[in-house]
Amino acid sequence: MPAETGVCSSAPAAPVTTVSPRHSALVRVAHWITTLCFFALLISGVEILISHRRFYWGETGNVLTRPLFKLPIPASRNLVPTGYGYVLPDQNGWSRYLHFQAAWVAVLTGLLYTIFALFTGHLRKSLLPSGGDLCWKVLSREIVDHLRFRRLGKAEAWAYNVLQRLAYLLVIFVLFPLVIWTGLAMSPSFVSAVPATVTLLGGQQSARTIHFFVSVFLVLFLVVHVMMIFVAGFWSRMRAMITGRAGSHMERT
Amino acid sequence: MSDLSRRKLIISGVAATARVAGLGVAARIAQKYGLVPPDHGGIYGPGETVTYASQRVLTRHSLAREFPQSKISHPPLANEMPPLNEAFKRLQAGGFTDWRVSVDGMVDQPASFSLAQLKSYPSRSQITMLQCEEGWSYIAEWIGVPLSHVLDVVGVRPQARYIVYTSIDPDWWDSIDMADALHPQTFLAYGMNGGDLPVGNGGPLRIRLPRQLGYKSVKFITHLTVTDSLKRFGKGSAAASLEGGSYAWYAGI
Repeated sequence: MPAETGVCSSAPAAPVTTVSPRHSALVRVAHWITTLCFFALLISGVEILISHRRFYWGETGNVLTRPLFKLPIPASRNLVPTGYGYVLPDQNGWSRYLHFQAAWVAVLTGLLYTIFALFTGHLRKSLLPSGGDLCWKVLSREIVDHLRFRRLGKAEAWAYNVLQRLAYLLVIFVLFPLVIWTGLAMSPSFVSAVPATVTLLGGQQSARTIHFFVSVFLVLFLVVHVMMIFVAGFWSRMRAMITGRAGSHMERT
Repeated sequence: MSDLSRRKLIISGVAATARVAGLGVAARIAQKYGLVPPDHGGIYGPGETVTYASQRVLTRHSLAREFPQSKISHPPLANEMPPLNEAFKRLQAGGFTDWRVSVDGMVDQPASFSLAQLKSYPSRSQITMLQCEEGWSYIAEWIGVPLSHVLDVVGVRPQARYIVYTSIDPDWWDSIDMADALHPQTFLAYGMNGGDLPVGNGGPLRIRLPRQLGYKSVKFITHLTVTDSLKRFGKGSAAASLEGGSYAWYAGI
């Protein structure tokens, strides 16, 4: 009997015999461009961050202001005493250039992906969990399976499981928009045109602090994401995301 | 070669040609409307150009956020700076009465102004944020004469495109486009929080550009040049910061 709405059972997986690619070309290209941009943004972001390791809440913050918290790291500037006997080299010039260039590429790729996801049914078919999946029985089973690093079945190689769907939705439609928003809120020129960008966040320093935490969550996602690739079978997953082909016969290698 | 693949090849060839031609037209339009920053070359040129062009379209006339008196940071932060030269110390000993700022280049009447002259012009004040690229910030009341007023006095020629401004240290200089030079919040600031501008904050005279990061607001201004090209300045770059740490010319982000 097919699953009815409201009935607690997982959605039927896509047939294993399908000949269409596991991931469409647009998803694959967008995935790898985003990967490249993510690392560029991460490295340059860390470089920019280490010039001032203190974080604040509200509009302003500087050495004379009480910080919300400070990271126990050395700095690339000597304005703030860190307790470390040295100052790291200042790499902000190229870091800032790279950060904003990678941000543009990531944002434009994300726009293209979002349009694709909305108009081809990718969002509905591949990302939104079915109603039946969103109940505690299915979710708890998935969580237990993940915690035991149980390798996925053949059918599941063709569709995201519910935890995957929720994680991807969170990253694509919550964390990415939030990191873009808080980034724009730190632009003195952009907020002059759209002041609500920063006032809604409680100030420019609040935006910087949120930007930092969202980045931390994105890195955590990346760690789990890569870990799950290894659990599910590194080569088969890499092949699926590079060539689009997926098959269970490679799973054993 | 099959007909189909030949057709594909021809179509993609035509598309590529159209794209290159389209880029050429776009570049010419961008150049005409002043949407190309001086640091548009190099690997970070594309990102920098997209940022600058979109900011110029979006924020040409927008005003930086202004704050109520209660938001002024106390005490105001005076950040580190290079040691001041002999010329500065001499003028400081004389209470800055002999401080002068000269204006030349593409103007009808080159002139040199004393602080007293600048103060005799209509005085304006703004309570705006100074945001350092390192990550810290403070809010202060800035008092001064709008740069546009000084430019009106000397009569800027229509072909002018940039203003180059130099501090008393000849190696510390930068430049802005006319959109920023004529912006109502761009000041030659001589006062802060009701008093004279302290030396630590750039006194006796500092340029103030609240829609860009702090490093564009060069301290100790003694010289302005109106020009249509930045090629003759320094080593052909548009700012001292581009020669030293390779910081972006446009710092509105």
